[in-house]
Formats: sequence, C-alpha cells, structure tokens
Amino acid sequence: MPSLDDLKKRIKSVKSTQKITKAMKMVAAAKLRKAQESAEKGRPYSQKMQHIILNLTKSINDPQNAPKLLIGTGEDKKYLCVVLTADRGLCGGFNSNICKLAKTNFKKILRDGKELSIITVGSKGYDQIKREYNKYVIKKFSFKDKKNVSFNEADEVGKEILSLFNQNKFDKCILFYNNFKNVITQIPQAQQIIPAETKNLKSSDTEDFSYEFEPDEDEILEDLLPKNISTQVFKALLENAASEQGSRMTAMDNATRNAGDLVDKLTIDYNRSRQASITKELIEIISGAESL
Amino acid sequence: MSDKFTIEIISPGETILKQETNEAIIPSYEGQMGILKDHIPLITFLRPGIITIKNEFEKKFYVEEGTVEFSNNNLLILTSSAKDLANFDKSLVNELFQEAEEKLNNLDITDKDRYLTSYKLETLKEISQ
Repeated sequence: MPSLDDLKKRIKSVKSTQKITKAMKMVAAAKLRKAQESAEKGRPYSQKMQHIILNLTKSINDPQNAPKLLIGTGEDKKYLCVVLTADRGLCGGFNSNICKLAKTNFKKILRDGKELSIITVGSKGYDQIKREYNKYVIKKFSFKDKKNVSFNEADEVGKEILSLFNQNKFDKCILFYNNFKNVITQIPQAQQIIPAETKNLKSSDTEDFSYEFEPDEDEILEDLLPKNISTQVFKALLENAASEQGSRMTAMDNATRNAGDLVDKLTIDYNRSRQASITKELIEIISGAESL
Repeated sequence: MSDKFTIEIISPGETILKQETNEAIIPSYEGQMGILKDHIPLITFLRPGIITIKNEFEKKFYVEEGTVEFSNNNLLILTSSAKDLANFDKSLVNELFQEAEEKLNNLDITDKDRYLTSYKLETLKEISQ
C-alpha cells in the first residue's frame, strides 16, 4: 500500500502529463486544419496529372517502344520501396502502421527471391526499419527542419528515384504512406509508381478522345512522366502530413482522457487511505480512553 | 449558348484559378496558341511565357513550364510556376532575369534548355518594361 505522500506525488505527475498531452492535442488540431487543407488542395493536381497520363497511354500506338517509366523495364527482379513516415513520434500508430505494411511487403519481396532496396523519408521510419533491414536502406531523407512540406522536397525525392531508375537500379518502385481519409481514419497504403499503375484508375471517367498532340506524344510523355513521379511523392507527403496530425490529435485526446481517468482513480485511492488513517487514529484514541 | 469554356490553373499546392472565359492564349511549346470554345481535344506543354485570359477583364499569368489539356470545353493547365502578373514582384522578376541570363551564358547547356531559357528571358524582359 503506497503511502499518502506517494499517492499525492503520483496524482501531481499524472496531472502534469495530462497538461502536456492536452497541449499537444491542441497544437495538433491547429496544425491538422492547415495540413488537411493543403492535402485537399493538392489532390486535384495529382489526379489531373494521372488523368492526362492515362489519356496519353491510351493513344500510344506502339506499346513496345513506350517510355520505360510507363511500362517498366519488362523485368520483375529488383524492387525499390520508398517508405514515407513522420519525423516525430507520439502520434499513435501512425509510423508503426506504415512500417508494418512496408515490412510485410519486404518479407514478401525477399521470400520471392527478389532484390530489395529501401529509401526512407522521415527519421521515425528509418528507426523502425533499420533494426531488421538496415543493409537494404540505400538512402534516407529527413525534412525535420522544414515546417511545411513543399514541392521542392518532393522533387528532391523524385529526382533521386529517377536517377536510380536511370541507373537501372530497380524495376519496380512502391511508395508507402498513410492516406488521409478523415481525422480518425488513416489508411496505410502501398502505391506502385514505376511502372505507372493505370489499371487502378476508373476507365469510366475517361472519355475516348483523339487528342491533338503538340509536339508528339512521346515527347510529352517523356516530359510528363518524371514530373508525375515527383507529383505522386508530393501527394504522398501531403497526405502523410495531414494523417500525422490527425493521428497525433486522436492519440493525444485518448492520452488526455486516460490521464483523467487515472487521476480520478488515484484520488479515490488517496481519499480512501486518508480516511483509513483517520479512522485508525480515532480507534486508537478511543480504545486508549476506554482502557483508562 | 455562351461562347465560354472553363479554364483551370492548378499548381501542386492549390487551385490557382477556375473560371469561365471567352478566350485564352497560352505559350505552348511550339508557339503561342489561342484557344476558343470547342477547340479539338489537345495535349501539349508550355514554354516560359504569359497566359492571357480574355474576358470582360483580362488576366495574365507568368509561367515557366506546365502541361495543358483541353477536352470537353475544359482547359486544364498544370504548372508549378504560375504567377499572377497583377501582383508579380519586381525584384523577383530581376532575380529570375539574372538567373536566366547566367544560364544562357553557360556554354554547356542543351539546345532545348537554350530554347526555353531564351523565351524565359524574353518574357521577363517584356514584364519588366
């Protein structure tokens, strides 16, 4: 049985923890609004980009000679996995959900006897992955000092992916990130960006047009596909940023509530033992008086 | 029937503009291109230049690169460098101008780069006047 003093200290410390989690929740809520806004604003760009590429792909006459970025190298041996996570912790299952999904994929790739290389974006992801897969990590990015994700950061990652592709370092590239559905739900996702995945797009919302191209479609594709890589990375970064704040907000809300429950419970314990000690003292006094 | 079509300018960060317009002039890769309603479906990309949107009020945007799609009377411009000329900072123009000039003086750039940069230089000159 802890003494009264111990209980008092416990209550005090839980209360100050509660204050911290509450403050973090508020900060996350404020940041979330901004991040969510930019994630939603950024969606049209990547969607329309995909849309144009899909339309272009349809009108390619000679699929054998199409750019490699679109159709892939024709092989299926080397995989590049880009794992996008946050730089900060205390955001519930956000980072571990991405890593869990990524690790299941790593296992599958290695089990199938294929080559694996990993790029991590965000230090938390690297921390989790390095334990088992450190030797596969070829590059790690961290944008800790940046307050908001901008296209430049995405471009940096995109260019790295492209240069690796041009060096023939991989056949397929998969992005891992959390898709922001709403504040409470974020869905970890694996998205293949090289070769461009066109079959997942709904064919109903693309009309059949014969487009006029200027210059010709090959040149446009050559210009557009590298851009698309950066765009997809950027989209993933934005979705991730919003998810991180959402996840942190929920986690901190839960923590605040838990702390509140704990304080209640400890207070009851405290009062009970205080009463017990008073009663004990009274009994001692009374029995002392009686014996006289 | 109005003679208007929708024009959208979208950057990675946000939708810069979405409105109805009578006519738009875009600096496509191979030359200026005027677009009216019911243009045939088109995909092209941009070189540095000025997008002019002709309406009751004229609007101008400076762009460095971008992708354009026209279909179903919807002109879609994807660019990461669009700037409204109405509030384009003078010092930024000068900065870009110098950058472009330096690049052009650099001998080992490709012909394509040279072509694009010279247009950039010209456009910036026009703006600063």
